[in-house]
Amino acid sequence: MLAFKLAIKNLIGAGLRTWLNVFVLSLALVMIVFQSGIIHGWDVQARIDTTEWAIGGGEYWHDNYDPYDPLTLDDGHGLLPPELSGLYNDGQAAPVLVTQASVYPEGRMRNIILKGIDPDQKIIKLPSSQMAGDTSVINALIGTRMANATKLNKDDLVAVRWRDENGTFDATEIRIAGIFRTNVPEIDNNQIWIPLDRLRKITGLEDNATYVILKQGITSIPTVPGWIFKDRDSLLSDIESIIKAKSIGGIVMYIILLSLALLAVFDTQVLSIFRREKEIGTYIALGMTRWQVVRLFTVEGAMHSVLSIFAAAIWGTPLLFLVAKYGFAMPKATEGYGLTIAEKIFPVYALGTIIVMTLIILITTTIVSFIPSRKIAGMNPTEALRGKVQ
Amino acid sequence: MKNTEIISVNSLTKRFPMGLGEFTALNGIDLTITKGEFSGVVGPSGSGKTTLLNIIGLLDNPTDGDAVILGSSSRALSVREAAILRRKHLGFIFQTYNLLPVYTVFENAEFPLLLLKMTAGERKRAVLDALEWVGLSDKVGSKPAQLSGGECQRVAIARAMVKRPEIVLADEPTANLDAENSHHILRTMLKLNEDLKTTFLFATHDDKVISYLKRKITLIDGKVSRDETIIR
Repeated sequence: MLAFKLAIKNLIGAGLRTWLNVFVLSLALVMIVFQSGIIHGWDVQARIDTTEWAIGGGEYWHDNYDPYDPLTLDDGHGLLPPELSGLYNDGQAAPVLVTQASVYPEGRMRNIILKGIDPDQKIIKLPSSQMAGDTSVINALIGTRMANATKLNKDDLVAVRWRDENGTFDATEIRIAGIFRTNVPEIDNNQIWIPLDRLRKITGLEDNATYVILKQGITSIPTVPGWIFKDRDSLLSDIESIIKAKSIGGIVMYIILLSLALLAVFDTQVLSIFRREKEIGTYIALGMTRWQVVRLFTVEGAMHSVLSIFAAAIWGTPLLFLVAKYGFAMPKATEGYGLTIAEKIFPVYALGTIIVMTLIILITTTIVSFIPSRKIAGMNPTEALRGKVQ
Repeated sequence: MKNTEIISVNSLTKRFPMGLGEFTALNGIDLTITKGEFSGVVGPSGSGKTTLLNIIGLLDNPTDGDAVILGSSSRALSVREAAILRRKHLGFIFQTYNLLPVYTVFENAEFPLLLLKMTAGERKRAVLDALEWVGLSDKVGSKPAQLSGGECQRVAIARAMVKRPEIVLADEPTANLDAENSHHILRTMLKLNEDLKTTFLFATHDDKVISYLKRKITLIDGKVSRDETIIR
C-alpha cells in the first residue's frame, strides 16, 4: 500500500515525463481496441452481408458443382429434385442456374458467369424484382463492380453469347435493368443475373439448377440424392479464414504498438534510476530495504499502465463510441479486394479483448519496470547517496 | 557494552579497492559514544569521517573490526535487519539535504513515519511537532524547490528527528549554508539534543559546527588522533 501511495506521488510529481508515457500507453491501448474492434466489426458485418445477399440459410449444390472450378459448370447442374422444388414453391428456397458466357461491352469480349434467379425471390437481398417487367428483351442485373469493369450503365444493351446444352453457341442482346450495390463481391464480380426462366430457356436446361439457396431460419434440411447441402458456417469458412489471417496481422500490429509504448516506459525507468540515485540512497538511509525500493520503482513503472487505462477510458471511450456509432469509412480501393468489406465498418468492441489487452498492458509494463529496477538491489547505498553513477 | 553506550566501534578498518591496490580509509578505530552526546568526528577531507559515519549508520560494512549500534553488531545484522534498525532508531542529515523533490515539506518530514506504519493522526501530530521545533510550521505545503538552503536543511532535521530516534548522524550539515543559517540549525540541533536527549554525531570540518560540539574526535588518515571533551 505504501509503495502505491509513494508511487502515485512520485508519478504525479514527475509531471510531463509521466503524462507522456501515460499518453503513449493509452494510445497503444485505444489503437489495439480500435483495430480489434474493426476486425471484429468487419467479421460480424461480412457474415451478415454474405448471409443476406448470397447464401441465406445455406445452399444445396449439385454434386458436380464447384464454384472455384469453371470447368464444372458444364455439368454442374441438374433437374431440381422434388424436395427442393417443394421448398421453392413454398417460398423457402431460390434455385440458381449458372453458366459461362461472354459479353461484348464497347466491342470488347469479356468472359462472365451468367446466373439465373427467380425475379420474385425473397430469399436473398439481390434486387431481382428489377428484372421483372418487359419480356421483349432479357432484363439483366449487375453489381457496381461489374458495371465499373464493363462500363455498362442502366438501360444499356449488351450482346451476350453462350452455349446451350448441346454446346451450340447462341447470342442475343440483354438490357441492364438495374445496377445494385453490395458489399458481397461473390454475387457481383464478373457476373450477370438474368431471370431464371429465361436462362433455362436459352440454354435448354428446363427445370435445371446449379445450386439452391435456402431461406434463413429453415431447420428441416432434407437429404437430397445428387445434391450436397452446405450449411451457413461452411459457406462462411472462407471469410473466417481471411479474417483469421487479418487477425494474426493485427496481433503483429498490437505487438509493435505495445513494444513501442513499453520501450518508452523502460527508457523512463532506466533514466529514472540513473537520475534518482541520490533519492534511492535516501530511501535506503531512511530505512527502506533495497527490495522495498525495487518494489517502489516497479510499482511506479506499473502505475503508468494503470494511469494509461484511466486515460484511455477518458479520451478513448468517447472516440471509440463515436466510431462505433458513425462507422469507419474503408478506403475505396478495398472494393476491388474480392472480400466482403462494407464501405463503412462499424467496429464491435469485445469486452473480452479489452480485458485481455488491459491485463497484458498491466503485466508487461510491470515486467519492463521491474527489469531496470532490479539494479537498485545491487546498489551501494553510500555511492547512491552521493549520486555517483554506478 | 555499558548501558549508556549506544555506539561502540572496535578496531574498525575500512579499505576500498583503488586501482590495483587498496586505499585504507579507516585504520583500526576504537570509539565509544554514550547516550545524549553532542559529538563530532572532525578532520580534513579524506580522513575517513564520512566512511565512519556510513558504517555507524549501517549503510556500509567494515573490512575488519566491528561497529555495535544500540547493541546490534554491524557484522551480525543482515541487510534487512540493518534497514529496520535505521528505520526505527537512526536519523540522517546530509550535506545536500537529500529531500525528496516531489514531496512537500510535510510529506518529506512524514516519510520516516510512513515506513513505521504509524496512523495518519499520529503522523500528523509528530510532523507538526517536528516542523515546529525547526521553525517551519508555516511552510508545510511548500516543495523543496521553493525553500532556501537553510530551510531545506531544517526540513532534513525535522525528517531526522520526527520519529525521535536514538541517534542522529549528520554528515557536513552546514557545508552548503551561510553562517547565519549554519548557526540557526546548529542551535536547533543543540536544543533538540538537550530537550530530547537525542545523541548527535557529526562528521565535519566546519569550525562553526566544531564550536558547538561537546566532544571532538579528530580523525587523521583513518586514525583517531585526538578525542577531547569540551566543557562549555
